Amino acid sequence: MSESLLSPPLTGPGPRRVPLPLITNPSEGPVKQSAKDFRSAEEVRWCPGCGDYAILAAVQGFLPELGLRRENIVFVSGIGCSSRFPYYMNTYGMHSIHGRAPAIATGLSVSRPDLSVWVITGDGDALSIGGNHLIHALRRNVNLKILLFNNRIYGLTKGQYSPTSEPGKITKSTPMGSLDTPFNPVSLAVGAGAGFVARTVDSDRKHLTSVLRAAAEYEGTALVEIYQNCNIFNDGAFEVLKNPATRDDHLLRLEQGQPLRYGSDGEHTIVRDAAGSLRPAAEAGATEGSDAEVIHDAHAADPALAFALSRLPENGGPTPIGVFRSVARPSYDRQVAEQLEQAVQASGPGDLDALLAGRDHWTV
Amino acid sequence: MSKQVLAKQVLAVPGVVIRFAGDSGDGIQLTGDRFTAQTATFGNDLATLPDFPAEIRAPQGTLPGVSAFQLHFADHSVATPGDSADVLIAMNPAALKANLEHLRPAAQIIADSDQFTKRNLTKAGYAANPLEDGSLEAYTVQPVPLTTLTVGALKDFGLSRKDAERSKNMFALGLLSWMYQRPTENTIAHLTTKFAKKPAIMRANIAAFHAGWNFGETTEAFAVSYVVAPAPAPAGTYRNITGNLALAYGLVAGAERAGLPLFLGSYPITPASDILHELSRHKNFGVTTFQAEDEIAAVSAALGASFGGSIGVTTTSGPGIALKAEAVGLAVTLELPLIVVNIQRGGPSTGLPTKTEQADLLQVLHGRNGESPVPVVSASSPGDCFDATLEAVRIALKYRTPVVLLSDGYLANGSEPWRVPQSAALPDLRVEFASGPNGVAADGTPRFLPYLRDPQTLARPWAVPGTPGLEHRIGGLEKADGTGDISYDADNHEFMVRVRQAKVDGIANDLPPTVVDDPTGDARVLVLGWGSTAGPIAAACAEVRAAGGSVARVHLRHLNPFPNDLGEILAAYDRVLVPEMNLGQLALLIRGRYLVDAISHTQVRGTPFKSSDLRNAIEKVISDV
Repeated sequence: MSESLLSPPLTGPGPRRVPLPLITNPSEGPVKQSAKDFRSAEEVRWCPGCGDYAILAAVQGFLPELGLRRENIVFVSGIGCSSRFPYYMNTYGMHSIHGRAPAIATGLSVSRPDLSVWVITGDGDALSIGGNHLIHALRRNVNLKILLFNNRIYGLTKGQYSPTSEPGKITKSTPMGSLDTPFNPVSLAVGAGAGFVARTVDSDRKHLTSVLRAAAEYEGTALVEIYQNCNIFNDGAFEVLKNPATRDDHLLRLEQGQPLRYGSDGEHTIVRDAAGSLRPAAEAGATEGSDAEVIHDAHAADPALAFALSRLPENGGPTPIGVFRSVARPSYDRQVAEQLEQAVQASGPGDLDALLAGRDHWTV
Repeated sequence: MSKQVLAKQVLAVPGVVIRFAGDSGDGIQLTGDRFTAQTATFGNDLATLPDFPAEIRAPQGTLPGVSAFQLHFADHSVATPGDSADVLIAMNPAALKANLEHLRPAAQIIADSDQFTKRNLTKAGYAANPLEDGSLEAYTVQPVPLTTLTVGALKDFGLSRKDAERSKNMFALGLLSWMYQRPTENTIAHLTTKFAKKPAIMRANIAAFHAGWNFGETTEAFAVSYVVAPAPAPAGTYRNITGNLALAYGLVAGAERAGLPLFLGSYPITPASDILHELSRHKNFGVTTFQAEDEIAAVSAALGASFGGSIGVTTTSGPGIALKAEAVGLAVTLELPLIVVNIQRGGPSTGLPTKTEQADLLQVLHGRNGESPVPVVSASSPGDCFDATLEAVRIALKYRTPVVLLSDGYLANGSEPWRVPQSAALPDLRVEFASGPNGVAADGTPRFLPYLRDPQTLARPWAVPGTPGLEHRIGGLEKADGTGDISYDADNHEFMVRVRQAKVDGIANDLPPTVVDDPTGDARVLVLGWGSTAGPIAAACAEVRAAGGSVARVHLRHLNPFPNDLGEILAAYDRVLVPEMNLGQLALLIRGRYLVDAISHTQVRGTPFKSSDLRNAIEKVISDV
């Protein structure tokens, strides 16, 4: 036994027991709020013309319909242009460190299941420095809504290639072209076991809002990839998907229970080839037509369709947007809370004096 | 079991150091733990040193696979596990060879003679059998065919020979329990519970344990048993406790006394994992444990939980601290409570995972970018881990700051008797969350200022999500004083850097006076220590004093900030000796801060200081004054 030279014996006031956990939500229930209730006083400092403005407006515009009071909403971000987002939201927020937002949000969400926790991240933040946290949040199904702003470039550090930049990209750090094979964020998320994966485009407010709504309704990790234009360092990266002259032939809008079709009149069909991959009928040597068409089912338990859809552009097909996968799984937060409750039911609330004394003790 | 019929000679001895050694698969740590539990219940004071390899099962019978457990117990106060053992139990030749250096001259060696086969001797690098060739004549050697005796005792249990052999550690425990007249009830109870689902194994282990005891009692080879009387101790309820257990209990107690949920984010790492294991068993206290994907996620999740109003904790060792540095820096600037536990081990890099060291002091103080002050609290003994943890929780909550709590591998796995505190006597750690606006906006309306500080503590308000009207954003960018808005203003940054430092420095005003152990008052040499060196330093000082020398001693709990009175205390002595298990990290700080010509005495062997070595170092300094 050590004779302590340290602080005098610990003392304190009399007995006191505090029920745990203390935190209760003081203000649940629907409330009338408008977009302007979600605007903070902070001056928005993105470059003029940045796609982030449209996403911010869409989020502020759609949040009131969730019926959540703003004090119960938290935005957590990492580092990068998009990660300034929380400063502009009049909710609780944290602009954290590079790549770690999903981990910070995990601790917050698990310890406070009463909150609505949103993660704002970018292609570098989520897929490069923070890739590990992203895949682990997805596999656990923590109750987070992760908005991944993908502009396929590093903007805040002024124009290096990112993990989603196309091969051969000439940037400040790749004067002879990038040698990296890019991540497809939807493929990655499906592969990581995500229960909800979607993609949308910054300029399509209606689609963006519908996807955000679906994400908000999902209990668990919802990953939403948002194609976002960086007009300074990677302008026009998604032009082919946005230009009215080209978009119909390059964009496939996913709709639950509907056949996979695209083209100005829905004339193009997606078929499954012998290997199980999805391809445009023309590419696969099949005829356009209803007998071979594939019906979209985001609720399919098996992730094969969602994964095959995510690979369509790599197979010469259009880029799908919408909800790739939305499959109910118990959220991590809920399961953690249930274990805490079960422990109390099994052993009663903790008795500190009994814990400290233990079983093998003796009295002098 | 007949403990009262003792025809043999019984000698009273003041204290004994026993070292159990064997293969890492031999159950040595379990044997040591059980002997320790018996000894603690008996009322001896004690200190233990588990000493095992990083490999789970190194090749059997080899030197790298040797696992050992040293226990010092006595009828008086014990400060260390003992410099050298009086008794070695060697389960094979490798265990003998690896542990001879830990024995005092003429020590008793009990060896399992069955294991001294040609093959095992070769594995251990012996050309001849040391039990027979006279090379151990400086010791008292007692070869015992432990394996044969165990298998014989279990011959009616229907076990395979291999399974029966596995109980030989319990046979050895029984023999030692007889030798030192230990109470056996709680070992029987422990085996009954541990093997409740394997009744055959349970019965075999209990039978082997009894057989070992009876062997001691009946064989002529063991003529003497020993009695070590209970040690006097202040009245109270006691238990034996390891540092990691005490630390885990400190976290649970801290959360209870604060009335807040505890959230542990952790990634498994030796020697810290036991804290994760322990806390995961206490969910009924509102404790959430999260085994993260990596060290960074572990601290990040803890910080996220702190933002939400929990006590966020992360537990790790030195390599993990390196990975967590950026997130701890974020906690510094967010000014949120966070407990960062570092169970130090030998470094650099992976280093010596299962061995002790205290070489992370400078890392935790300075291993972050920018001016990033973090309070640092250290534990000095296994039981003291409880008090140190409560102190870390207190500082973190009161000052809204990350706090590093330093322990080490020796404290983590070592154990000692601990007087169990009454929960009601523990400090009140309640804090108040912000509940309403604390300032006024330019237009005169009330508003919340997340960085408006308490004038006394300089702590900022803790406003948790869910509180209406206090919505605010915080982040890693520099914040404007008061509002917390992003600010790149030069004057503001200068102010914020200095005020964060002042907040941490100000904790010194909130610390008790430093205790100086200077019984004669005429010492000219002060020994200044921190962390797990407390035991060896105390023992060394006691030896110096017993020999007529004068020496003073101070042991630091707080390494950042230092106590306000430390400078004055240091100045009162002609020489300051700083023993550390590193290359002089505290000594560097003391020199820099106080301009004191501190004498650094260091060792980095992965084991605690021997008190005799420290005694020599102290006496040399005394003779040089």
